[in-house]
Amino acid sequence: MKLKKIIIVLTLISIFVLSLGFGASAKPFRVAVIMPSSINDLAFSQSMYDALIAVQKEMGKENFEFVYSENMFVVADAAAAIRDYASEGYDQVIAHGSQYGSSLVEIAPDFPNTSFAWGTSVSTFSDQGITNVFAYEARSEEGGYVCGVLAAKLSQTGIIGVIGPIETGDAKLYVDGFKIGVLATKPKAQVNVNWIGSFSDVALASEAAQTHINVGADVLTGTAQMVVGAIGVARQRGVLWFGTQADQTSLAPEVVVANQVYDWTVALKPMIQLVKEGTRGGNIYVLTLANGGLKMVVNQEALIGKTIKDIIEGKIDIKL
Amino acid sequence: MEAIIIGIAKSAIRLATPYLYASIGETIGQLSGVLNLGVDGVMLMGAFSAFYTVLKTGNLILGLLAAIVVGAIFGLLIAFVNVTLKAEQGISGIGVYIFGLGLSSFLFRTMVGTVETVSGFPPLSVPLLSNIPIVGEIFFQQNILVYGAFALVPLTWFILNKTPLGLSIRAVGQHPEAADSLGVNIVHIRYLTVIFGGMLSGIAGASLSIALLNVFQQNLTNGMGFIAVALVYFGAWRPLSVLSGALLFSTVNAIQIWVQVKGINIPSDFTLMLPYIVTIAVLAAMAKRRIHPPAALNKPFERGE
Amino acid sequence: MKYRNIREISMSLIPLAAFLLALLIGTIMIAFLGANPLIAFQALLKGAFGSMNAIADTVVKATPLLFVGLGICIAFRAGVLNIGGEGQLVAGALSATIVCLNFPNLPGWILIIIALTIGLLCGAIWAGIAGFLKAYFNVNEILSTIMLNYIAAYGMNYLLSGPIMDPLQIRLGSFIPQTARLPQAVDLPRLIPTRLHFGTIIAIVFAILVYVFLWRTTIGFRIRMIGQNIQASRASGINVQKYMVLAFILSGALVGLGGAIEVLGVHHRIFTDGSVSGFTGSAGFNGIVAALFGQLHPIGTIPASLLLGALLTGANKMQRVVQVPSALIGALNGLIVIFVVGSEYLRRRQTRRVERNELKK
Repeated sequence: MKLKKIIIVLTLISIFVLSLGFGASAKPFRVAVIMPSSINDLAFSQSMYDALIAVQKEMGKENFEFVYSENMFVVADAAAAIRDYASEGYDQVIAHGSQYGSSLVEIAPDFPNTSFAWGTSVSTFSDQGITNVFAYEARSEEGGYVCGVLAAKLSQTGIIGVIGPIETGDAKLYVDGFKIGVLATKPKAQVNVNWIGSFSDVALASEAAQTHINVGADVLTGTAQMVVGAIGVARQRGVLWFGTQADQTSLAPEVVVANQVYDWTVALKPMIQLVKEGTRGGNIYVLTLANGGLKMVVNQEALIGKTIKDIIEGKIDIKL
Repeated sequence: MEAIIIGIAKSAIRLATPYLYASIGETIGQLSGVLNLGVDGVMLMGAFSAFYTVLKTGNLILGLLAAIVVGAIFGLLIAFVNVTLKAEQGISGIGVYIFGLGLSSFLFRTMVGTVETVSGFPPLSVPLLSNIPIVGEIFFQQNILVYGAFALVPLTWFILNKTPLGLSIRAVGQHPEAADSLGVNIVHIRYLTVIFGGMLSGIAGASLSIALLNVFQQNLTNGMGFIAVALVYFGAWRPLSVLSGALLFSTVNAIQIWVQVKGINIPSDFTLMLPYIVTIAVLAAMAKRRIHPPAALNKPFERGE
Repeated sequence: MKYRNIREISMSLIPLAAFLLALLIGTIMIAFLGANPLIAFQALLKGAFGSMNAIADTVVKATPLLFVGLGICIAFRAGVLNIGGEGQLVAGALSATIVCLNFPNLPGWILIIIALTIGLLCGAIWAGIAGFLKAYFNVNEILSTIMLNYIAAYGMNYLLSGPIMDPLQIRLGSFIPQTARLPQAVDLPRLIPTRLHFGTIIAIVFAILVYVFLWRTTIGFRIRMIGQNIQASRASGINVQKYMVLAFILSGALVGLGGAIEVLGVHHRIFTDGSVSGFTGSAGFNGIVAALFGQLHPIGTIPASLLLGALLTGANKMQRVVQVPSALIGALNGLIVIFVVGSEYLRRRQTRRVERNELKK
């Protein structure tokens, strides 16, 4: 009881102090995000977490707060989380996973004053009369194409390997774009694609990489968090790697040539603005190379480092 | 053609390694009468301990030792709960699995943070033997932990079948009352086998994080521990048969990866099913006389019962 | 007299004490992270019971646990461990979904009954495969059920990525691996305006049915006898093998029904992210824990499932409020299972002590 009283008094004091300090201060914009994997997966979830941190840095901690629920791969639990955050009065609840769509359809109508965002997706459920859901997506095939072009140029054997989780969503977009990019640059090249059926089986991804290399691939790419195993193999066997969703250079700086990095702030910032102005849904935001949502990060060391080294060591004789 | 076989065989041997360590460990434990379904959790803790140690010190042997120690500690916990507290072994195992999974992920998050790679055990060519055409490349140009897994099998067979300790272990699992009356300390033996099993599960995890994959991530094992337990039944509690089970499963896995990589037009979901279907099919096809598990498996021992 | 009652009460409190001890360790871990443990546990309780919605969430989470738990009750009583729950949930869910998708013109309630029955049958078949392999091919059921879990997962992935994928997804080009939303007509009715659905009532009805089956029918009696004393059962002429397989099949039937009810009552479609746990929430394993907490008694499994459901639901809320890594919650769950399962020993020792004292009198 006493504790409760102390808490009440302290709260009143802090409210008083705060109101002194800020006058007609704006409440911070509060966001809650639900993610299917962990915030340090170096892939899908991490990209959103990093974007939120970036937005917070830009807007300042007193103007932007966010909380997260990670590893919400159990959809029923995610639904409970979405509903709970909404009822706690968060300004925006971001359902960062395509499997959360059905839950949003049920929950969004119950909270007309909350803005929801669903990614990756192109559906805002406006056809069902729902007006407070934004959708966002990444046109991963664009970066995929770029990586594919570069991969084709760098591959000496003409055999390139792809390791993916399951053929869906932005993974499918990336891989499709990558293939088209490779074949547009080198029509005779061979692109072998392996869908390992899981987002988390690192051992299988690693063996898939080994097998790709065994059949002659000298460039590899892949998507989702299990590719860390494949990157390890690429590093060990000196095979080039192209990454997506996040910057994977740190894992193997000698071989990671380029990464397509998602910058979700391109979707987040306009959404926040709209919500502040009173519009809570209905728009679709797409990350593209054009609007800076997709960024290509090239690692010079892997791209030209070996060539430079060979010249310095005299291994290459440039006959003028 | 030759290159394909070599590639698949090498893959199979690599894939089999963690299963082998964990399976043999579980076999020994089950032979003494203790069922441990928490193998996957212990593997994860071993994997993390090895990874973290190598990340901070760069010392591979130290990393391996860390995995062994952590595995032993978990083995001790499992032994205490199953043998001393006589808990329901199937359930306590699941609890250990959930705990190990959560703890390893939690420690990874708080102590490491982002995903990183380490330089693990490199491939080690056995002199002379590795030069034999085909066979040499498949078997003798592997990682040291791979060699360890395969050496473990005959070693375990020998201990179980040719030493007094092995006899005690099997007696404890088959006729605990008789063993007890002959002065064998049931509790000591079971603690021993379960702790040893824990150590092997730890090494199994280390083989992933500091040898084969050189990385740690949440849920790195992705359920491997359960397959390892299943393989114990495939092998009918005999080390050599467990080895063949691990190799069968891994070979089919290696083949299905190759099938997909080559773009052969079978839906990936079906090829992914193959190792599991084949394992059941082979076991069914081998249906011999009824295979009896250790009579005291999953039954806590109480004197006078 | 008084002494004995206190003893008995303290015996049933032992698992509770173990539970609290595990929570205490959790408190230390949370404090170690710099979060306030008091707020954390407040959140745990609030998340489980703090509002109408919270209670609904707890019950909805408990329902599949109850179905799996009931299945485990039957199986375990016959001495078989059914760890194929995940696969059987999927078998039940998929079959029910396919039925509902393919007969949209039947009246809702007929379709519901058919779908649930098919789900029950398919769960029974999936478990039956393991039972059949055991009876005729000596394939150990732990191996076959583990393998069948994976086969079910990949089968589900295959179906959801192609044959039964939502046509809307194909049209939109997003290819999310899920089925179309089932027609509203097959939604299980809601009990109150929350997520609470009729499936919970079905589960409780089946709990009673399982009790009647195990304690009031000959088959049930034989199943229990096999679990208690397999030699005596054989000696009295019972075909042990046949009854073990039957127990397995019945177990799978209950789990399959649970899966079908999850679809019709909660999700109204099936989806995947590669593994089945996104759909099942690992109920196939947690249900085993619930059955044990319920002392393998179908009626006892009801409060046990509720408690476990509360724990899981509340823990998620705790994660949200205190923002600790979700892995900590997982570790805590595991610890609770270990502690409670381990405390059974003390309970049994107390029971024997009481019995010995009784004999002395």
